[in-house]
Amino acid sequence: MLDLQSIRKTFNPGTVNEVRALQGVDLTIDEGAFVVVLGMNGSGKSTLLNAVAGSFYLDSGAIRLSGNDVTRWPEHRRAKLIGRVFQNPFSGTAPNMSIAENFALAAGRGQPRGLGWALSKSLMAPLRDRIASLKMGLEGRLDNAIGSLSGGQRQALTLLMATWKKPRLLLLDEHTAALDPKSAEQVLALTREVIGRDTLTTLMVTHSMQQAVNLGDRIIMMHRGTVLHDIRGAEKKRLRAEDLIDRFDAVRRREQLDESAAEMLRASYL
Amino acid sequence: MTLLLGALTIGLILSLLAMGVMISFRIFAIPDITTDGSITLGAAIAAVLLAGGTNPLLATAAGALGGAIAGAVTGILHTKFQINALLSGILVMTALYSVNLHVMGRSNVPLMQARTLASHGEEIGESLLGAKTLNVFGWSVATSDAALLLMALGAAVFAGAVLYLFFRTSIGTAMRATGDNPQMVRALGANVEGYIVLGLALSNGLVALSGALLAQYQGFADAQMGIGMVVWGLASVIIGEALTGSRSLGLTIIGAIMGSILFRLLVAIALRWGLNPNDLKLITALFVFAALVLPGLIAKIKKPSIA
Repeated sequence: MLDLQSIRKTFNPGTVNEVRALQGVDLTIDEGAFVVVLGMNGSGKSTLLNAVAGSFYLDSGAIRLSGNDVTRWPEHRRAKLIGRVFQNPFSGTAPNMSIAENFALAAGRGQPRGLGWALSKSLMAPLRDRIASLKMGLEGRLDNAIGSLSGGQRQALTLLMATWKKPRLLLLDEHTAALDPKSAEQVLALTREVIGRDTLTTLMVTHSMQQAVNLGDRIIMMHRGTVLHDIRGAEKKRLRAEDLIDRFDAVRRREQLDESAAEMLRASYL
Repeated sequence: MTLLLGALTIGLILSLLAMGVMISFRIFAIPDITTDGSITLGAAIAAVLLAGGTNPLLATAAGALGGAIAGAVTGILHTKFQINALLSGILVMTALYSVNLHVMGRSNVPLMQARTLASHGEEIGESLLGAKTLNVFGWSVATSDAALLLMALGAAVFAGAVLYLFFRTSIGTAMRATGDNPQMVRALGANVEGYIVLGLALSNGLVALSGALLAQYQGFADAQMGIGMVVWGLASVIIGEALTGSRSLGLTIIGAIMGSILFRLLVAIALRWGLNPNDLKLITALFVFAALVLPGLIAKIKKPSIA
């Protein structure tokens, strides 16, 4: 389904701000899998998602998505296959346009847009039903600007928009991290429902251990631009949040050891 | 009365410019100074073709097309070559000054003898009514002036309606969203760069159409006629927003038309009261400055920050 072959990306190469964000990531994801990507800040987990979405081109490596080599496809072309929800609730919706108009844009994802009416009857009826099913009372406010809604409401709508046309791959980039706990819980429940209903192939970035344990059927732990652990199957089912924290602590200890060891060597030999 | 009719007619013709500026400034948040060059380009192309005896409708359309190409060039400089939007506009405007002189062959093309939309309109008006003057609410009005006013009104209403309908289509909706949230539009599979190029072409096409009509109304095209026109357009858009108090699509378009007319009337009155025409651009710039700054200042005064 999704196949990443030793992908690499360095930002600002050759400068003081050089960041080796991805250092050879190999990853294959099966059709219908729900993969959670975990990692500390700067581990490259969001960069991995952006690489798949096409926000930048790779330095080397290849990305194949449902039979297409999309490595050199621009972002808007990949959007034909990919639905996305961003961390920032403001990123996924056009604030000054109405709820209905935002969905009209989502309904045309990846298709050539013509001179037909954006708000066609064939869109409005199912749209009203679907939004009513959110039970947020938004079905009567389809003509309101989406910017007047709360972050949680906007994020829920963004999720519906991303999956309005069934995407081959759904990318969720810490999509509940900027929400209050109650909204986050709502959006998470909706995420489960949407992914379960259509068995969407999903790549979800999070830094919440609890989410990683509760959701999905496979965990990828990223560290310094590489995949550190790949936990799946029965092992994933048994996994508890404490186990994940242990693994992170192990990484941290090893790094401290590396640094102090390096310091010791430097002190003795230089 | 002639003065009032003249001001209304020019206001309506320039409302096409205002709608063009509305697209670039309000939808894409680009103060697109290509406007200054493309209004002259539209006038120049139309005037040269008309002086050569081309059908006025064709000549006007050719002028608009020229402006659309200029706008597309600005869009390509901005998106493909990643030049700052304002600088892209400045480059194209500067280049257009030479282009316009080449198109016209000199700095001024008179249209006194040419058959234009304006002269056709005057004739049609007079033949329909069969009189040189008519009585409007007790005022004696030249039929030709009234006919031109109606034509300008028709052009403004038609352009406004087409624009409104366009912005409700799938392409038009995506174009509006491009200005609102480009990241989202990209994620939904639309080519943001393409929409910016298309939008600036549409904007400058309208501006050049306005220029082509203006040249026919005033009877000449001039290399200098575009100076400061983008600020004029901004003033119209801002007045329109104040009049309608709304950012909704339909009202913004109607507001741009009303703003253009009102601004032209204010200018006509000011000139009548003895404003030195040389001060006109200065006053216009000051007006736009005030309109941009005052709302923020008033809000600050009304709601003092908690100290």
